[in-house]
Amino acid sequence: MSVLTAIFALLFYTATVILVAGLVAKIHQYARTPAPLKIPTTPAPTTRGGVVARLFREVVFFESLFKGSKWSWLFGWLFHFGLLIVLIRHLRYFTEPIWFVAALVQDIGVYMGFVMLLGLLGLLGRRSLVDRLRYISAPSDYLMLVLLIAIGGSGLLMKYVSRTDIVAVKAFFLGLMRFDWQPLPADAFLLIHLVLVAALMIIFPFSKLLHVPGLFFSPTRNQADDPRERRHLAPWAAKLDATRTAGN
Amino acid sequence: MAKAKEEFAIPKLVDIPIIPAIAPDAMAHSKPFVAKPEHQEPLGFPGELVDNWKEKALDKMGEMLGKYRSLPVFLDACVKCGACTDKCHYYLGTADPKNMPVARQDLLRKVYRRYFTVAGKYFPKLVGAVELSEEVIEDWYKYYHQCSECRRCSVYCPYGIDTAEITMAGREILDHIGIGQKYSNEIIAKVHKIGNNLGLPEPALANTLEGLEEEVQEDIEVDVKYPLDQEGAEVLLVTPSADFFAEPHVDGLIGYGKVFHRAGISWTLSSFASEAANFGIFIGNYENMQKVAMRIRQAALDLGVKRIVVGECGHAWRVAYSFWNTLIGPFDFLDPNYPVPQHICEFTYDLIQKGALKFDKDANDDKVVTFHDSCNVSRASRMGDMPGGQFMIPRELLRASCNHYVDMAPDTIHENTFCCGGGGGLLTDDLLELRVKGAVPRMEALKKVIDEDGVTHMAAICAICKSQFTKVLPYYGMSMDMIVSVHQLVGDALVMGAEH
Repeated sequence: MSVLTAIFALLFYTATVILVAGLVAKIHQYARTPAPLKIPTTPAPTTRGGVVARLFREVVFFESLFKGSKWSWLFGWLFHFGLLIVLIRHLRYFTEPIWFVAALVQDIGVYMGFVMLLGLLGLLGRRSLVDRLRYISAPSDYLMLVLLIAIGGSGLLMKYVSRTDIVAVKAFFLGLMRFDWQPLPADAFLLIHLVLVAALMIIFPFSKLLHVPGLFFSPTRNQADDPRERRHLAPWAAKLDATRTAGN
Repeated sequence: MAKAKEEFAIPKLVDIPIIPAIAPDAMAHSKPFVAKPEHQEPLGFPGELVDNWKEKALDKMGEMLGKYRSLPVFLDACVKCGACTDKCHYYLGTADPKNMPVARQDLLRKVYRRYFTVAGKYFPKLVGAVELSEEVIEDWYKYYHQCSECRRCSVYCPYGIDTAEITMAGREILDHIGIGQKYSNEIIAKVHKIGNNLGLPEPALANTLEGLEEEVQEDIEVDVKYPLDQEGAEVLLVTPSADFFAEPHVDGLIGYGKVFHRAGISWTLSSFASEAANFGIFIGNYENMQKVAMRIRQAALDLGVKRIVVGECGHAWRVAYSFWNTLIGPFDFLDPNYPVPQHICEFTYDLIQKGALKFDKDANDDKVVTFHDSCNVSRASRMGDMPGGQFMIPRELLRASCNHYVDMAPDTIHENTFCCGGGGGLLTDDLLELRVKGAVPRMEALKKVIDEDGVTHMAAICAICKSQFTKVLPYYGMSMDMIVSVHQLVGDALVMGAEH
């Protein structure tokens, strides 16, 4: 076994542990922190079912962003949708036999790589050209887009410019999952692609990518508008019931 | 503390609203008077800046991160997409980039990142994290008092990030290191002591209400009562204290009385709970908000009423509708057949539905009316039993009492409504420039319906909106009398029985 294979095997184990442990820790923090007051942005659904529908529309259609900025919505949605299909397509490298959904998007998945890049370039353009966005952007905001563009770009280069031994790559990842390491091809674009993906996994729980779990815990979106019907009481606020008084 | 800038350019209203280019520090001179020890201490805050302010501020931030889920979620989730950057009326009116909602949040976020996140601890420059310094505190004080907590930004945020929550947290931290805002904290102290924002004692209140009865008697020759501390009344009406004195608020109060009279439902005001407003929400302090609200529970129990109705006031309705059940509930001692609390507009609307009220719309024929949706009613509460009732019900009242009604542009009403420019504890003359400039988006929308539809009056259901518009309308060449209470129009058109 080559040093290269060992390094990448360890890199992906580490990245996976950091991604999962980091996200679990963050989700645990969000879940255990109470929202003491009812603060849905109204008009809001009055039932739990309505809240599920509202969150669904936010996750799938980016409903609020559509109201807020058509350009951000367009580029953002293209990027996310493209990424989703590309990720599903990539599942073929982690499943044997290949999961049927991954097989289904096999052809369209490649084009979605371009769609994803188009969205990312649009977002980068907007961030660099609009004065208001430049003002609110930190270096990490640009770097995140550059990282994602580099991941998409190196992936497409492997498809169209310098192909790698994809069968060996699949064997490598299946081997990782079975703790039976297989050699990884030493192709430049592949190694760049994989290093960047591992970097993204490691950065995820420490960055603004926390918007993914965050949305589901956002009280303005996940609360039902029913404060008159149901008494909402956080544990720390409930303790105040015993001592509450009026006036001096 | 610097005096409010005496002179400033009044913005020009334009037909097609524009998004201004950023003008850094355009409002860096704007800050409200700082609270004195006598305004701070009754609220449980240190009287002046504490010695170990940095440590105390970070401790408080850490504590709040564990008590309010909105904080860690909102501070982590923002991707800087920019959707909110052109949504704040204070940004649109001042062009100061720190008045963009995301930039306002970043004032707190950059400190959160430095002390509470891995990325900010090890790579501060990369993620824009900074140490808590005197300049940061100064910025917090200035720019957390250039936010009216109107939640307009939260409508458009893909994660529902609500800058009002961040502003409240910022003010809460400042209060705990001894830097409070005089206007809000002085008022809260008054409510704790006397029972209302104006500091009106019971005799003055009784006197005022007697005067109102005489005035109405002279005006329409009907014996409408404005009862105070009437034990055993059916309804306790809690209304902003501005309704007792200020114009056009008092005309709204007169209107409520006429509705109660015509419906034959006994009601009372309370001298102990003579205030619906609750500035505890503005400073983001749970304990003070609860203590202010407790007066109302106390009054309802003491007077033995069966229902509580809340008068026209935006943030008060948010606190009442969204928070009362949490803060001062449960309301098992009240009549379960009615919602607790009930908005005066819901109350009147129900009576109309039951056919208990008759209107002579011609009484308002000298007016073409539009409606200003108040932010807290629109985006932080509801009326009626379906989402959006808070938009429909007040308009139904206006349509029931006026022949001529038009709406302003769709992107300036309902959930998209613009703040009047004076909400969230900013209705003070030391912030006049901010108030005048923050009113620009509403003034532009209003001017459009004046020019195109001949609108003569704008009705509102918020004491702060009414006071703010009375003050700023003249700056834009419009008459301060344009702003009216919804229940003034209702009262004027209401047929009061045999006399008509």
